[in-house]
Amino acid sequence: MIFSRILFDLATRNVRLHFLRSLLAAVGIVIGVLAITAMGMMGSTLQLSVSSQLSEGANTLVVYPYMTTGSDEGITERQLRDIKLSAGTNPVIPIMSGSDRIAVGSEDGYASVYGLDPGDIGEIAEVDRGVSVRGGEGALVGPALAREYDMRVGSRITLGPEGGRSLRVVGILKESGFSGAIMTDNAIVVAENTFTSIYGDKGYSMVQIVVKDLSAIDRVKESIESKMNRREDTVTVWDSRAFLDMVNEALGSISLFVMAIGGISLIVAAVSIFNVMLMSVSERIKEIGILRSIGVQKHEISLIFLYEAVILGVAGSFVGALVSLLGGYLLISFMFGDTTFFFAPQTLVYIPVGMGIGIGVCLLSGVYPALRAARLNPIEALGAE
Amino acid sequence: MDAPVIRLEEVRKVYPRPAGDVVALNGVSLSIEEGEFVAIMGASGSGKSTLLNQLGCLDVPTSGRLLIDGTDVRDLSDIELTNLRRDAIGFIFQKFNLIPLLTAYENVELPLIMKHRRRDVSGRPAELLRKVGLEGEMITHTPPELSGGQQQRVAIARALANNPRILLADEPTGNLDSKTGTQIMDLLADLHQEGRTIVMVTHDARTAAYADRVVTISDGRIAR
Repeated sequence: MIFSRILFDLATRNVRLHFLRSLLAAVGIVIGVLAITAMGMMGSTLQLSVSSQLSEGANTLVVYPYMTTGSDEGITERQLRDIKLSAGTNPVIPIMSGSDRIAVGSEDGYASVYGLDPGDIGEIAEVDRGVSVRGGEGALVGPALAREYDMRVGSRITLGPEGGRSLRVVGILKESGFSGAIMTDNAIVVAENTFTSIYGDKGYSMVQIVVKDLSAIDRVKESIESKMNRREDTVTVWDSRAFLDMVNEALGSISLFVMAIGGISLIVAAVSIFNVMLMSVSERIKEIGILRSIGVQKHEISLIFLYEAVILGVAGSFVGALVSLLGGYLLISFMFGDTTFFFAPQTLVYIPVGMGIGIGVCLLSGVYPALRAARLNPIEALGAE
Repeated sequence: MDAPVIRLEEVRKVYPRPAGDVVALNGVSLSIEEGEFVAIMGASGSGKSTLLNQLGCLDVPTSGRLLIDGTDVRDLSDIELTNLRRDAIGFIFQKFNLIPLLTAYENVELPLIMKHRRRDVSGRPAELLRKVGLEGEMITHTPPELSGGQQQRVAIARALANNPRILLADEPTGNLDSKTGTQIMDLLADLHQEGRTIVMVTHDARTAAYADRVVTISDGRIAR
């Protein structure tokens, strides 16, 4: 279809002549585009910021013994050597774990117990108060557990089978939240030899490997799997990125939902454009008749009205994009206090997306009025007042 | 002599209505030769406007043959009819029917743009406007800024834009005072003198007197 300058001029004149009405319709589009874009950008920023926080723990691989029914055999020293070989220079931390009945003074309950090489404890958790265990007796207690039982450095804690063993609390750990394989906030951490002297040596429950270079994760993972599981499955390697993907997916659906809410306002805008276009057609029936009588084709009549819809759409979307750039920036700097993620391509892409949707919606709401205008009978149209 | 520019053979136009069909034209046969000035007269409701609409290809007959330049309009698609209106027919309406948003110049230029798909560079719109007596600043005015007579002059210039073989005028003086009406009729008479074929609908005998031939329509038929 030939782009007809005069048809476009006619359309611009119509917009100018009914400026207020056109402006109001365009404002609807501005709001719709703003809603979609701002919501999209907010969702994207949220996603980026959460995943960047989580991905600090994303460089962790955890090797578990392959679960077979009835077996509680852990990872043996020989397997650990193999894992260390596969891991290369990346730090490997073998962890013994279990959960047990504990008693603090007259209170008792359950807690996770981890046995670690004293030299590795620093890799897993930080000591907040007191000191770390150094080979000998003593236990570190997670902050949440310490609060629950009102423990402090020097308190005594009883755990283990057959009356148990009493250990002195030498340190309280720092709050850590989610960090790799184990959660220490609610746990007791003891030295490896303390753990085996209480529970016996059943091997390691898990082995944590911190891969320094993120891109090497897959290589290390495959190397461990091929070495250990060559003949039969003996270990399972868990990759924290799987968890990250899950979180990302959940956040993605939330931001899509929020964007859909923004979309509702665009539907309202579409109805208003539709209405403006229909009014525009019925006000100009006579003009359509004149144009038809002097030899303007049906599709050219449609074009005039489609141009008009597009002019409103482009103007509205453009302003909407500018406003959402500004508004999104302000909103995000208020909510997150940090606009690094706002300028990420994943966030800014919502601006052209929002504009595209806005223009598309305008075009769609212009189609029916445009077709209606083209189908008018020229004689009846000429007779209209 | 060449074949007639317009030829109607037993043309019928029936409008289906819920209350029964309305027969607007009931077998009209008529030939109009090149260069003729024909006035069509008749009372309102006689079918004279329907006849003019058929001649102007705004509508096609229900039955019969209507040949414009030897082509039966009933064989044409909507696109071809529209092109025929653009190239072969110039309309002059009682209510001028100019586009109020466009200037006088642009109104005249519009059919040229529709035909050539670009803005005019030949100067023809200004030339045509001069020919109908509008010059200078006047042609930059929009229709609401012009008097009735001036608007009708613009409409005549527009009708002439693509140099059509046929000019159709529907009560061209109906909305004008008698002095202005006379001026417009003189203009049409001049065009006729130049050899233009003109078909004019009117109910005013004084206006009809400008024509070579008067055809009277009554109840959808030619009365005499």
